[in-house]
Amino acid sequence: MGTGAVLRTAALLGAAAIGALILGGAAAVARAQGATFTTLERGRYLVDAGDCAACHTAEGGKSMAGGRPIPTPFGTIYSTNITPDKETGIGNWTDEEFYKAMHDGIGPGGKRYYPAFPYPWYTKLSAEDVRAIKAYLDAIPAVRQKDEPPDLPWPLTIRKVMAIWNALYFRAATYQPNPAKSAAWNRGAYLVDGLGHCGACHTPKNILGAPKWDEHLAGGFGEHWYAMSLTSDPRDGLGAWSEQEIVEYLKTGSIAKAAAAGPMAEVVQNSTQHLSDADLKAIATYLKDLPGGGRVAGAAPTKIDSAAMAHGKSLYLDQCTGCHLEEGTGIAEVFPPLKGSAAVQAKDPATVLEAMIDGATVVATAAKPTGLAMPAFGWKLNDSELADLATYIRNAWGNQASAVTRGQVSKARKESQQSAAK
Amino acid sequence: MATRLKPVDVVLVGFGWTASILAQELTEAGLEVLAIERGKYRDTDPDFATTHIQDELKYAVRHALFEEPARETLTFRNSADQTALPMRHLGSFNPGAGVGGAGVHWNGQNWRFLPTDFKQRSHIEQRYGRKFIPEGMTIQDWGISYEDLEPHYDKWEYLCGIAGQAGNIQGKIQDGGNPFEAPRARGYPLPPLKRSAATVKFDQAAREAGFKPFPCAAANTSKPYKNPYGVQMGECTYCGYCEWFACGNYSKSSPQTTILPVLLKKSNFSYRTLCDVTRVNLDSSGTRATGVTYVDFQGREFEQPAELVILCAFAQHNVHLLLLSKIGQPYDPKTNRGVIGRNYAYQITSSVAVFTDEIMNPFMGAGALGQAIDEFNGDNFDHGPEGFIGGGYIALWTTGGRPILQQRDLPEGTPKWGAGWKKAMQENYLRSASIATHGSVMSYRDSYLDLDPTYRDIYGNPLLRLTFDFHDNEHRMSKFLTDKAALIAKTMKPKSIKVKYREGHYSIVPYETTHNTGGAVMGADPKTSAVNRYLQSWDVPNLFVMGSAVFPQNAGYNPTGTVGALTYWAADAIRNMYLKRPGPLVQV
Repeated sequence: MGTGAVLRTAALLGAAAIGALILGGAAAVARAQGATFTTLERGRYLVDAGDCAACHTAEGGKSMAGGRPIPTPFGTIYSTNITPDKETGIGNWTDEEFYKAMHDGIGPGGKRYYPAFPYPWYTKLSAEDVRAIKAYLDAIPAVRQKDEPPDLPWPLTIRKVMAIWNALYFRAATYQPNPAKSAAWNRGAYLVDGLGHCGACHTPKNILGAPKWDEHLAGGFGEHWYAMSLTSDPRDGLGAWSEQEIVEYLKTGSIAKAAAAGPMAEVVQNSTQHLSDADLKAIATYLKDLPGGGRVAGAAPTKIDSAAMAHGKSLYLDQCTGCHLEEGTGIAEVFPPLKGSAAVQAKDPATVLEAMIDGATVVATAAKPTGLAMPAFGWKLNDSELADLATYIRNAWGNQASAVTRGQVSKARKESQQSAAK
Repeated sequence: MATRLKPVDVVLVGFGWTASILAQELTEAGLEVLAIERGKYRDTDPDFATTHIQDELKYAVRHALFEEPARETLTFRNSADQTALPMRHLGSFNPGAGVGGAGVHWNGQNWRFLPTDFKQRSHIEQRYGRKFIPEGMTIQDWGISYEDLEPHYDKWEYLCGIAGQAGNIQGKIQDGGNPFEAPRARGYPLPPLKRSAATVKFDQAAREAGFKPFPCAAANTSKPYKNPYGVQMGECTYCGYCEWFACGNYSKSSPQTTILPVLLKKSNFSYRTLCDVTRVNLDSSGTRATGVTYVDFQGREFEQPAELVILCAFAQHNVHLLLLSKIGQPYDPKTNRGVIGRNYAYQITSSVAVFTDEIMNPFMGAGALGQAIDEFNGDNFDHGPEGFIGGGYIALWTTGGRPILQQRDLPEGTPKWGAGWKKAMQENYLRSASIATHGSVMSYRDSYLDLDPTYRDIYGNPLLRLTFDFHDNEHRMSKFLTDKAALIAKTMKPKSIKVKYREGHYSIVPYETTHNTGGAVMGADPKTSAVNRYLQSWDVPNLFVMGSAVFPQNAGYNPTGTVGALTYWAADAIRNMYLKRPGPLVQV
């Protein structure tokens, strides 16, 4: 190439990108058998809102081709290929079959799904939305990748067993608007309790892994992180958050009082940052109308051992004040405060312990690309130090939460190691 | 046999400050950019984490973040009649290695040069006459003006979130700032850092002595900051571990804290680490770069073709690569002809220790936490009666009170060890401070870089040879500055002071400063400069050279602010001129 080549290359790059768009668009429309661009766009948006990629795209894997291990208390399940490949994906499914999977948790041929696939939430979706999702999934590139069988103990390997589970805990029902509430509230409820399946993590589960519907969004587990209560409890729920703060958190990944890390970082990354402001406002409207967490608030503070507090405080001054400052206030928008933090005062200290042991990285979003990170302390603090430090931050500066035991730290450490090994 | 790789639009040699800025700017222009870095990848978490970064032994003493002389070094001699020997341990200066370069371990002291600095020769000749310039001094103009660079200084300062007090906004002198600074379009993005007890005392004394002290501009954040790329920084905690350390709190500006979070997400940017670039390759005409050759950590050799090659390594390494690649005419001190290696310069520093009764708490520090006066920098004063050229600032910095290398100076007559030393240390650690002078060094015919005839590096290439010594002009200038510093020290009403002049020959052993400059200088005349005013090689127009290697002589300020501004200036020229019409941007 002679002079002018750099310029030419730049121009070529641009031309190639435009070409790819046109070709990609044409192929997609062909595969979707005439689905309109609006339907496809709607489907794409709904797939983002449903955070399908969180499970159906494996780390480093092809988009929506499945194969991501989903740890459950019963064993590991692998997400499935939902690309339009005819043999290994859902390319041969009819719209009706797809709807039945989403609405009833039953695939073609009567194959019953495990509720790690959040059909107990997706059942609320309108038929129109499910059709749009299917149209979009039909339009993405097909990937030939066989599903992996779940790694579960008998009798859970027998999928028919799930019929009993469904009979006990599942009711198929499309979302019915509450006429007493606003349109925004209803849209929020549809997104939170349907497509967004927030309760899959934020609602506690019983011993059989079923959501405790009467403790709706009162805090549960997402992998081994504790997903905080979304109730209006001012201490460990969203009581102290304004609607605008909820919107900003979901859009950008952080606000002055909190930052998304762990599984919630993925939710913001793949899903909520892409939602429209109107939908985020609707979510906030609905969440702020949830009852105060009175009946399900974090365990009433037990008497906190003063020796543990003193030990925790000395560790805090040495290890934590560089970012979170002496009064636990953090630095607005940069280092989250511990004082008044719902995540810190959560009923279960798992999230705080996970962050302390392994460190945590705030989600990098289009609006806030930095990905600020907290380093790991698990290598330098032992179980009893971490326990006292966690107890201290959960009870200093007006915070109130149960004391943390060495046993809890040791359990969190094991879970974090297991998760790292995967 | 080198493996030939897929061509890219732009290859950057090194991945520190200048490469990061260029990569961000040129990927924005749609180009595919690759950076090749000799060191490792590193980021705030986990590499600089607050859980371990304040380890003085590992970082300051054992040099964990610096280049390793066993892999890359130079030879040194004071004058051409000596035989140069290899620098086997880092001493006088500490180039960085690894992603972020020295931008990871700098203090963050950020300055703009004076308008007269860019017209060093013509200004001196005009004000003092041609004869004022001593025989053998080869100072020259930069080929650009301060006004050319102003918007780019601004861009750099807002990239970094510089904390400071403006002294001159659009010609209006501002209270509390440096009244000698050139006009700036607007103030700094952040207010100055909190002051230390010692800087408050310096400020009072300097005022009493009739000077106009001001807070130094710092690349340490005084408040949380979000830069124009959307990258966020924290707030400095004054831990006192800046220089020679990385920041664990996202509060010192570095490529990692200002650019990389956005740059590394781009699909048209990539980088390779642990790779040493050994040559810039040329086509048969010798006037066009075809790419670079590099060796990876496993010793495999690769050829990376590129349309545009930009040298972004540390100052003398850029010069080394030009010499090894036979680009431009090597400088010959005998004839004073040739340009590659010409006008190497350094800086000259000195200090005055102050011992008081008051507690100073030196451990509460930040790399650029200081108060300074600028009365004696550049040509801010009449040099006629003094008979020397150049100057510098005088500042009291509170960078930290670290236990190993930042032990306090102790009063005259203190024993060097034993009970007497311990007692003096105990009495003075909290009650002393040090005033520094930071002086310019002019360029000379006998200060230069060339290839060593004897010593070779691990690839069999001749090492770079540095021939440098301080000259009478600099010694007299430094003594002048040091006496002014002593005057302020005495005005602080101390118990005693200890004046440490910089005397004798330059030594490469004790640390002085990492502000090496020159060797591939910029200018308007291809006979005396290696690159034109846009930092473009006169000989190979698709090759650009960044960094302080292009300074024709060294000013009395820390260089990073000017390096950053020049990089934005060059990036602007590449985007808006070169890409439209690739070829020489200046015709002579």
